Amino acid sequence: MSSALAGWLQAGLMVAALAACYVPLGNYLARIFTTERHWRAERGIYKLIGVDASADQTWSGYARSMLAFSAICLVLLYAMERLQHFLLLSLGLPNVPPALAFNTAASFVTNTNWQNYAGETTMGYLVQMGGLAVQNFLSAAVGLVVAIALVRGFARAKTDRLGNFWVDMTRATVRLLVPLSIIGALILVAGGVIDNFHANQVVTTVVHGHQTITGGPVGSQEVIKEMGNNGGGFYNANSAHPFENPNPFTNWFEIFLILLIPMALPRAFGKMVGDNRQGYAIVAVMVILWLAAVGGISYFEAQHAGLAPQLAHGAMEGKNVAFGIPGSSLFAASTTVTSTGAVNSFHDSFTAFGGGITLFDMALGEVVPGGIGAGLYGMLVLAIVTVFVGGLMVGRTPEYVGKKIRPAEMKYAALYFLTTPLLVLTGAGLSVGLKSPRSAILNPGPHGLTEILYAFTSMANNNGSAFAGLATNTPWYNTVGGIVMLLARFAPMIFVLGLAGSLARQQPVPASVGTIPTHRPLFVGMLIGVILILVGLTYFPALALGPLAEGLH
Amino acid sequence: MSHFSATIRQLIAALRGWVIFTIICGLAYPLVVFGIAQLAFPHQANGSLVTYHGRIVGSSLLCQEFTNAKGQPLPQYFQPRPSASAVSATSGTGGCNPLASGASNLGPSNPVLARDIRARQRQISRFDHVPVAAIPPDAVTTSGSGLDPYISAQNAAIQAGRVAAARHIGLAAVLALVRRYTQGRVIGILGEPRVNVLLLNIALDKRYPVR
Repeated sequence: MSSALAGWLQAGLMVAALAACYVPLGNYLARIFTTERHWRAERGIYKLIGVDASADQTWSGYARSMLAFSAICLVLLYAMERLQHFLLLSLGLPNVPPALAFNTAASFVTNTNWQNYAGETTMGYLVQMGGLAVQNFLSAAVGLVVAIALVRGFARAKTDRLGNFWVDMTRATVRLLVPLSIIGALILVAGGVIDNFHANQVVTTVVHGHQTITGGPVGSQEVIKEMGNNGGGFYNANSAHPFENPNPFTNWFEIFLILLIPMALPRAFGKMVGDNRQGYAIVAVMVILWLAAVGGISYFEAQHAGLAPQLAHGAMEGKNVAFGIPGSSLFAASTTVTSTGAVNSFHDSFTAFGGGITLFDMALGEVVPGGIGAGLYGMLVLAIVTVFVGGLMVGRTPEYVGKKIRPAEMKYAALYFLTTPLLVLTGAGLSVGLKSPRSAILNPGPHGLTEILYAFTSMANNNGSAFAGLATNTPWYNTVGGIVMLLARFAPMIFVLGLAGSLARQQPVPASVGTIPTHRPLFVGMLIGVILILVGLTYFPALALGPLAEGLH
Repeated sequence: MSHFSATIRQLIAALRGWVIFTIICGLAYPLVVFGIAQLAFPHQANGSLVTYHGRIVGSSLLCQEFTNAKGQPLPQYFQPRPSASAVSATSGTGGCNPLASGASNLGPSNPVLARDIRARQRQISRFDHVPVAAIPPDAVTTSGSGLDPYISAQNAAIQAGRVAAARHIGLAAVLALVRRYTQGRVIGILGEPRVNVLLLNIALDKRYPVR
């Protein structure tokens, strides 16, 4: 069988697996966040936190709880890193320096998982397991519950209440992420991912050399790193490291975990607003753009244009033999269209256009399907923009899922989608303009610009993958990057919650002849058009100077 | 004042929430996974270690070097891919070092990468007596981790003649062993065919020891 055919069958199997999970997982997600019943264990947790589980919050109350929780997580993760040397299982590693500790804390609390460090020589097991991996769960849950609050904005009428942040967080963790992680972790370990607490073990090799074999509780962290769309590797090589991702099966399964929840969330949306067709329309947009990315990257990597790939007869630099071109391309597309950022191959060494697509994927705003929760709320904001554009064409007040899109809603939507490009282009512009940040570039020519552009696109979309040649463990990138990640995560979340509050107060309007149906292929096409045009207009000049210039040279 | 005290209440709830979720997600969960993993899949959970001559010589998931004391490749062994995880980053010597996992990150149009690839092609062409056109891409590029335990079947094929000559055995015997150690795609479609270098070399040593 040819490599390309096997690759398409591999992707086809992925589509089939995700399709099989769409309805049951989506329905389960909807039930988690709509049922009135609390588990006994959950009631215990509410008591320990000290919250009244029956008290629904306004959008601003929800936002304050979310921000307070994230702030505490940020401070305590920073403290754990700074005090690492005094903690258990530190492997004798020193305390993490302040700027790097700040960057890493911001990175993991914002679900970005940008890493300016190498895990195997920087982080002890307790910081990995009790600090970083905990944020893998919690930042994912925070993204999820904000999306659910927005969906409630559509589903509820004439209320200023969006639910209780603590109840949603607890359920997202206890009913969804932890149980699925236990199953997923054991599947990964069965496939060869390590899970132990061994200290580094020096062995004598076959020819009497020495090799240090690392250990760590990797399996339990790997699964949530993928499923929570976090992406922060236990080791520097991330999912290219054989202890994190040993073979083609684990590779496929990790990609499946990356896509599982974001692809099922549209179902939960459809279910909660009482119209499953709305979910199908949204997931159609996600699948179409994801598969376009898979096809594009696979094509350009197989073509292997460029000086070095032509010399080597193939674009295998930075890729593992077991995954090959198809398995690396499927992973690269899936990790960049979700806000995951785990990598099984190194994008910096991809062909100009193949790597360019990974950058473009992130620039789409992480909505096809995007990160857990963040993808759905981003997509719903873009759906609002789409009905607004459609409304302008036919001259009627736009509506989406029974709610009018008025100036108040549009202001929130506009603020939402302006935040990210502003942070990307400002951050990248300053870094290119200043001498010291510019000197972090590894590769010469347009590729160097792409490295910086990629870094800020990744951080400001909370992705976390990198054109990793850029040497970013510097005061500039640690500090500016940390601030960019925090702003890019929490400002849009506040706008989304404000939007949710505004929508929830409305009385639903019945559909009329002037209502644009938002479950038909026409709307799917319009939404794809709006996404591509918004991204195109925003990033085209920068993309032209980076990957396009390199690829067309 | 009431606004201030509300904020304090939020932060206290957040602090308690952090403690509880850290116990659940950062302690109970990983220990449950660790416990079951060690009971059900101890070989995998502990790194798929390989024992030879009664001692642990490495992991079947990590490449290791088959070089002499000077760092030159030993002709009687199949050679792994070039590695960007150098033992010493400053001198650039060695490779397959799990304490420095990672890739070269050199871009497709970077002349440094082109130079490296040409140098590797020249070295392999001399070492294995094969034309540059026959050398597959994985033999001249570094992997994503610097720890890739696998080479492609074609990479093994071009090395077989040199290994056979160094061990004074027939090419057919080496190629037969390579075929036995070639893994196909998982369920016929996942991943790419590949050969595990460490396991193949141990099998060679067992069956055709170097005199």
